[in-house]
Formats: sequence, C-alpha cells, structure tokens
Amino acid sequence: MGKTLNYSSITKKIIMSLAGLFLISFLLVHLGINLMILFDSTYEKFNVAAHFMATNPLIQVFQWVLFLGFIIHIIYGIIVQLQNWSARPVKYMKKGYSELSYFSKFMIHTGVIVFIFLIIHFANFFIVAKFGHIEEITYKSGTYENMGAVIVETFKIGWYVVFYVVALLLLGFHLEHGIQSAFQSLGFNHWRYTPVVKIIGTLVSILITLGFLAIPLVIYFS
Amino acid sequence: MDLTLKIWRQASAKAKGHFVNYQVQNISAEASFLEMLDILNESLVAKGEEPVAFDHDCREGICGACSLYINGRPHGPDRGITTCQMHMRNFKHGETIIIEPWRAKPFPVIKDLMVDRSSFDEIIQAGGFVSVRTGGIPDANSIPIPRRNAELAMDAASCIGCGACVAACKNASAMLFVSAKVSQFALLPQGRIEAQERVQRMVAKMDELGFGNCTNTYACEAECPKEISASNIARMNREFLSAKLLAHKEF
Repeated sequence: MGKTLNYSSITKKIIMSLAGLFLISFLLVHLGINLMILFDSTYEKFNVAAHFMATNPLIQVFQWVLFLGFIIHIIYGIIVQLQNWSARPVKYMKKGYSELSYFSKFMIHTGVIVFIFLIIHFANFFIVAKFGHIEEITYKSGTYENMGAVIVETFKIGWYVVFYVVALLLLGFHLEHGIQSAFQSLGFNHWRYTPVVKIIGTLVSILITLGFLAIPLVIYFS
Repeated sequence: MDLTLKIWRQASAKAKGHFVNYQVQNISAEASFLEMLDILNESLVAKGEEPVAFDHDCREGICGACSLYINGRPHGPDRGITTCQMHMRNFKHGETIIIEPWRAKPFPVIKDLMVDRSSFDEIIQAGGFVSVRTGGIPDANSIPIPRRNAELAMDAASCIGCGACVAACKNASAMLFVSAKVSQFALLPQGRIEAQERVQRMVAKMDELGFGNCTNTYACEAECPKEISASNIARMNREFLSAKLLAHKEF
C-alpha cells in the first residue's frame, strides 16, 4: 500500500484510466445482455445469457478481474482526490469557473454516488443470483433460473426506479468526462483524432446511459 | 469609474489573512489593472496605511511576475493576457472586484497578494534544462529540425511560468507548466538526449512539492495567458509512460 501511494501522479492516472476503460467494456457487455429482457416476454434469451454468465468458468475467473478493476479505480480515485484537496489548503472566496470539460469537476461526487448505487445494485441482483433462491422456468431449450422475473418484479417498485434513473444519469455524466479524459491521461492527444475520441466518448456515454435507463423505465411503465 | 475592491490582506506568511474592502474613484477605463492598484496604493500611503503588496515587473506580459486571482479567474476576465496587460475597460462602474492571491500549498503567501513561486524554480532545477558543456556557438542549421516540431517547441517555450495554471486548476495541479517545460525539450533533438531522465525527475519533483493531480478539466489551458495547449500534458504523459517502461534507470 505504501508503494502504491508513492506512485507518481501520472502513474496513478494511467492506472485509473486503464481500469476505467476496462470497466466500460464490462458496462457494454452488461448492457447488451440486459437489453434482451425487453425483447422477449418469456425472458428466455435473457435467462439463457444470465445462466451462461453465471456458470461459464472463463467468465467466473474474469469476474474477479472485474472486481479488481472496480477496486483499483475506486481506491485510486479516492487517493487522487484526497491529494487534490490537500493541494489547496486555503480555498478561494470566489470559485473558479473556467473549464472545458464540465463534468470533470464532479468526478468524485458522481463516482461516490455510482459506488453507493453499485452496492445496492449488488445486494438486489448479484447476491440474490449467487446465494438466494430463484424460481426456475422451463423452456424448450432447458430449465433456467428465472432471473428475468426477479428484475421485472424489482422495477415495479416506484422509488427504486427513481433511484436507478438518478444513479444512471450520474454514471453517464461520469463517463462523459471519463472516456475522453482516460485517453488524455494515457497520452493520446492528436489534432485530428482527439475530437473524434471526444465525440465517440460522448456517444458511448449516451448509449450506455439511455440503454440502461430503458430497462427500469420500460418495465415500470408497461 | 468607481469601484469597490475586496482585497486579501495578510501581513506576513505566518499571519492570518482577511479580506478588506477599499473604494477607488475616477478610474479611467484606459488604466491597466496594476495602474488601478497603484492609484489605490498611493491613496493608502497618503493616508499613512500599509499599501497592498502585489508582484509585478515588466508590465508588458512577458516576465510572468504578475499574478492575481481576479473575480474567480487568474489574470482576470480577458483571455490570453496577463494581469498587467488587462485594462479597466473589462469592468463596469460600481462593480465589486474580488482580488485574491494564487492559492496552492506549494505557493505560500508571502504578503497580501504576493505568493512564493520558487517551487516552479525547483521543478526546473530538477531537469528543465539541456546540459551542454561545450565552448563555441554551433551553426544555426547544423541540426535539422522538422518545422512542425520547431513550432510546437516554440509554443511550449512561450510559457512564462506565472503559475496561472496552478491557480486556475481545481486541484492546484502544475501539469500544464511542467508539461510545457518537458515538451519544449522533448520536441527537439537537443532535448531528446536527456528526455527520459528529465520527465521522470521533473514529475517526481512536482509531486514532492505537493501540487495536485490532473483531472483533465483544462481550466489551465483556458486561463493560461500564453494559451499553452493541454496537448502538452498528453505529450508529457506519453513521455513519462515510455520513460518508465523503457528507460534503463529510474529517477
């Protein structure tokens, strides 16, 4: 831990960037599987995919890599933020407002709320899927745990949906800055390609946010 | 125009500071900001009060001595200029102007609006130079340099080390300053020889002095009086990463 703290500012940011970009790849897979729930009233596609994710040995190993990615990103995020706060012990009376990336100012705030969301989200679904009892459903292809029904049941609760919507919007803001920022931290800055990276970063953030938002909203209002 | 100035007063580095309100009258729109402060100080001296201490030297935007965090912006409301180049036409009659010193742990206040920026000198001393131990002046074009690199190096070298980037950054990070100094050498063949060592030493010194980390907010670029590009920060990150991965020695 001592050595980790002593990493230079740039090393810390590079590690955070790599972990962050890795987490986005997870979000995209997660989103792809979740969206299946909306396109199949028996939840067969989703339940088969969920079963695969829960049992495939490679995915099981990867799951721990993913946890590590989260932990690294969060711990470094906190370390970096604490150092940043201590770099200005006396605050300005009049706050500065210059910035070219608006959401960069709230990375720790959006990050903390997304982290709290993550814990609750975990308690809702992951713990239930791993250790709880889920009713089974039989299709022509076989018998699976009906995870789809658990999700639909959860998203019939109004305040829950509100919480998800808020947390997912904040995740979107976090990504909007995070994606393009990760490229800059990794040293990627190019007169032609950086504007493209920024546009793609924003589009990916919007895609992830709207995609995930669709699930609780469509379920709640249908 | 008549103005109310809310100025940070602090008798010494150790003393506790506070804001004091001053009224100035009949300020010309053509006066520079520092001339306006000179007028205030003359009136303070005439009244037997201690004048407001602030840094200034060339008063033509090239030395990097002047500072001042004016209404939430380093070097005031105009773009691409230093405080000494800023004129009172940027303000309105009756306005209240809040004037604060640069705020950062490595920039301690010496007195009132003056801060100690010698931490920047320490970063330069750590590696912001090219070691040459020869006699005669080399021929101007004996080392071919791509025009693009020459331009980029010159852009980076236009940094005057005023510290506005640190003052503007929400993290008090010195990345724009250090990256400009790293870049001006990294882009030229003369600077390549010590490039790996230089970037590691300068970044280590920057961290040691207690500057914050970079969040890529780019407030530094927006407020820099010389409009140094944040692409220099990416270049320094590249230089640093490749030095850490490829250099034979860690510094």
